[in-house]
Amino acid sequence: MQKILLYILGFLAFNFSLFSQHDLEHTSEQEVVELHEGKSLKETIKENIQHHLQDSHDFVFFSDSETGKHYGFSLPVILWDDGLKVFSSSKFHHGETLAEVDGNFYKLYHNKIYKVDVEGTINYDEHHHPTNAKPLDFSITKGVFSIIILAAFMLWFFIGIAKSYVKNNGVPKGAAGFMEPIILYIRDDIAIPNIGEKHHARYMNYLLTVFFFVWFFNMIGLTPLGINVTGNIAVTFALAIITFLITQFSANANYWKHIFWMPGVPVPMKIILAPIELLGVVIKPFALMIRLYANISAGHIVLMSLIGLIFVFHNWIGSSLTFFLAFAISLIEVLVALLQAYIFTMLSALYFGFAVEEHDDH
Amino acid sequence: MDKLISDFSFGLFFWQTILFIGLLLLLRKFAWKPILNAIKEREEGILNSLESAKNARKEMQNLTADNERILKEARNDREDLLKEARSMRERMIDEAKGEAQVEANTLIAKAKESIETEKQAAITDLKKQVANLSIGIAEKLVKEELASKDKQVKLIETMLKDVKLN
Repeated sequence: MQKILLYILGFLAFNFSLFSQHDLEHTSEQEVVELHEGKSLKETIKENIQHHLQDSHDFVFFSDSETGKHYGFSLPVILWDDGLKVFSSSKFHHGETLAEVDGNFYKLYHNKIYKVDVEGTINYDEHHHPTNAKPLDFSITKGVFSIIILAAFMLWFFIGIAKSYVKNNGVPKGAAGFMEPIILYIRDDIAIPNIGEKHHARYMNYLLTVFFFVWFFNMIGLTPLGINVTGNIAVTFALAIITFLITQFSANANYWKHIFWMPGVPVPMKIILAPIELLGVVIKPFALMIRLYANISAGHIVLMSLIGLIFVFHNWIGSSLTFFLAFAISLIEVLVALLQAYIFTMLSALYFGFAVEEHDDH
Repeated sequence: MDKLISDFSFGLFFWQTILFIGLLLLLRKFAWKPILNAIKEREEGILNSLESAKNARKEMQNLTADNERILKEARNDREDLLKEARSMRERMIDEAKGEAQVEANTLIAKAKESIETEKQAAITDLKKQVANLSIGIAEKLVKEELASKDKQVKLIETMLKDVKLN
């Protein structure tokens, strides 16, 4: 969450260095000591990255480690623990205090809520995993909040485009003019070649929604808002499972025949192929989930590490070089954002294509 | 793998699924359907327009061909008409010429006849006048030579003789 702070400091450090290197070293050392309270700079950066990659219960744009002040807003926490418990995440004070609700105490530990006693003790097993009870957490976290906002934006944006088509007699104008080539690309170069002219229309809704959802969230992830939604395994799992379910429920007899009784091969091969094919059914969406999660997480880790490096090198050659490297990686990440959205959509279309493939297509 | 499972947040999964399906259904109804329909309609419209333009061009070509054919026919007709008119004119001129010739011949014949008649009349008249003149001359001579009867007779006879000779 301190990405933006680091960004700003990076700029400042770079500018100061032009005036006096001595000054910079002086201030940097002071900052290291004062900002990170005894922890080394590298550890702080690592923690920041870890923190950023995970979902959190409050929306913090940036925080000041010196004063311990967080700039952002708290979000509702919704727990199911022998009844619905709803309270504001401000009760946790960013993990510094316990939240007491209806006589129960909850502690925020590594972005997860644990039920604790009044002292807030956490018991660990031999792998240093907490053994405390975890209530079912349906909180409106930063990720959920971002999804709600983006979903609202997408509704507003695409319904606006739909209206502009009606108003302008089917002529794309404004945002519609920008989005139409993308929509046409998804239809003509993703859906139709993979699914086929006959069946593609009923998958278009999903393909368009998932493409824009993933693309927009990938792009938002690159802004200094510090939102990481498509780099979260729960989100990619949800998307992959929807693709999986759509594939299975729209599959025709031919698809199942190819899985359980592969045509055109001898009977022993049929028996060997069946479990492999069945495994493939699960592996395909699993790969879809991991691919998106890993690519986006990796991008965020690399980018944040490079920004962190600006502070590790506190000299103007190293810092400025890392700054340009971070800038270059940012540009690559813009490409990756689009590419991953494309790959997710493309592979979903490919799987739908397998499901509706007809026998005479071969 | 262990980290993936421990990172997995069921709450986020739950909300993501609900929100995404909600978004999908709303977008399907209010955005994708109208957008895709508009695009499809426009594409079909373009196809139809191209088709009709092609047809129009074909019709145009047919029309041009028709026009040319009609023009050619009209030209032929005109030529035929002109030829006919020309031949008719010649025929009429010829006829007129023939009629004029006949008329002229008649007129000439009539003129000749009347000239002949006039000539005959003039000759007769002249003869009468000559006779009268002769009688006058004779009278005068008679008056002079009336004395002698013999002379009178002789003279008359001589004169008549001369007349006849004339």
